[in-house]
Amino acid sequence: MAGVAVSTTINGDAVEYLCQPDETLLEVLRDRLGLTGAKEGCGTGDCGACSVIVDGRLVCSCLVLGAEAEGRKVETIEGMAHGDQLHPLQQKFIEHAALQCGICTPGFLIAAKDLLEKNPSPTEEEIRFGLAGNLCRCTGYDKIVRAVQDAAAVMKGA
Amino acid sequence: MRYIRPLSIEDAVGELAKAVGPAAILAGGSDLLVRMKGGFIEPELIVDIKAIGGLADISETADGFRIGAAVPCAVLGEHKALKQAWPGVVEAANLIGSKQVQGRCTITGNLCNASPAADSVPALVAAGAKAVVAGPSGKRTIAVESVPTAPGRTSLAKGEIIEAILLDKRPVHAGDAYLRFIPRTEMDIAVVSAGVNLTLDDHGAIKTARVALGAAAPTVLLVKEAGQVLIGSKLDEATLERLAKICAGACRPIDDKRGTIEFRRKVAGVLAQRAAAIAYKRAGGK
Repeated sequence: MAGVAVSTTINGDAVEYLCQPDETLLEVLRDRLGLTGAKEGCGTGDCGACSVIVDGRLVCSCLVLGAEAEGRKVETIEGMAHGDQLHPLQQKFIEHAALQCGICTPGFLIAAKDLLEKNPSPTEEEIRFGLAGNLCRCTGYDKIVRAVQDAAAVMKGA
Repeated sequence: MRYIRPLSIEDAVGELAKAVGPAAILAGGSDLLVRMKGGFIEPELIVDIKAIGGLADISETADGFRIGAAVPCAVLGEHKALKQAWPGVVEAANLIGSKQVQGRCTITGNLCNASPAADSVPALVAAGAKAVVAGPSGKRTIAVESVPTAPGRTSLAKGEIIEAILLDKRPVHAGDAYLRFIPRTEMDIAVVSAGVNLTLDDHGAIKTARVALGAAAPTVLLVKEAGQVLIGSKLDEATLERLAKICAGACRPIDDKRGTIEFRRKVAGVLAQRAAAIAYKRAGGK
């Protein structure tokens, strides 16, 4: 198989890589670029652990080919904090203990960030529907929802 | 395996037509990549159609709407004019998968994946939507219901690509709706579903009607008799009873853990009644 040369932007940085045509963006991020925040849960777009934002759209990176990132802007969990300054969602996830094993957390944070950017004041129902594409087998979701609500309040006040 | 991203529909058709091994069209990839991962398909060629001019846009034409084959379903939900004209089609498209899937999946892909339970397809069939097919011998426009021929199979020939879905301009007093039954509240596949599209006369009586059922047979069902029974009525109880009976009778569902034949028949009728009521209200009927 011939490799595909890709030029893209990841978390604001210009990135170039060579990948196989059937390699997913998730595999490229993790195995070629060392960005291991996005996780592979199911690999079939059901669990959301691999969520990233491509050109402003929340997607499962396991359902995107690495080759498709050509010329796009990709945002991953690694770009969420500014240095030591955590994003309000990250801070609130810690304060509310909205994680246990942590596998789903990067996906939840990215999906919640996308949700709050599009809807800064979501109702509890909107949060639950908005995050329905992210599965968590530890928390029972309640702490996650509360963390997102709290972060939304902080971000509106900021 | 080769991955290509042609810039014209002619190039895409040409590459698909001359492909020797299995070839696949990639728009959103929410079905294709899952099938590749599961080993159900091992394409030697992947043709990414997202860079082809016009395929990633929704345009309003003199005749209605043209929805490019690479437009993600999320974009349909953000298009105010489309949502206002065809709320049933848009709500059906927006029921597919999660936010993550919505950012990628397309109605053309939903149609070409040819699942009997495809959410957007009964709504499109009820809407009388057309598919513009580009192929080695030129372009043709066909009814959406003629695309799926069996689960996972379509009537498209080698080298053919659906480049857009067409929806008519709406007259006054028109409305459509789509409902599905799932045992959860989101992130599930229809056990059975119904799409209804109505136009009314100036007195609120139904002038034209199309009823389509999903997950009720190997392919989407356009139930012509169900549409006919609605014509002239204002959705009185007796008409709704007949509608449910016709829909239940038209079903040829499977019996599985998600729903028995009896259950699917019954629910198909109920959903058709409820979708008809919503469509009627949207059309301005009282």
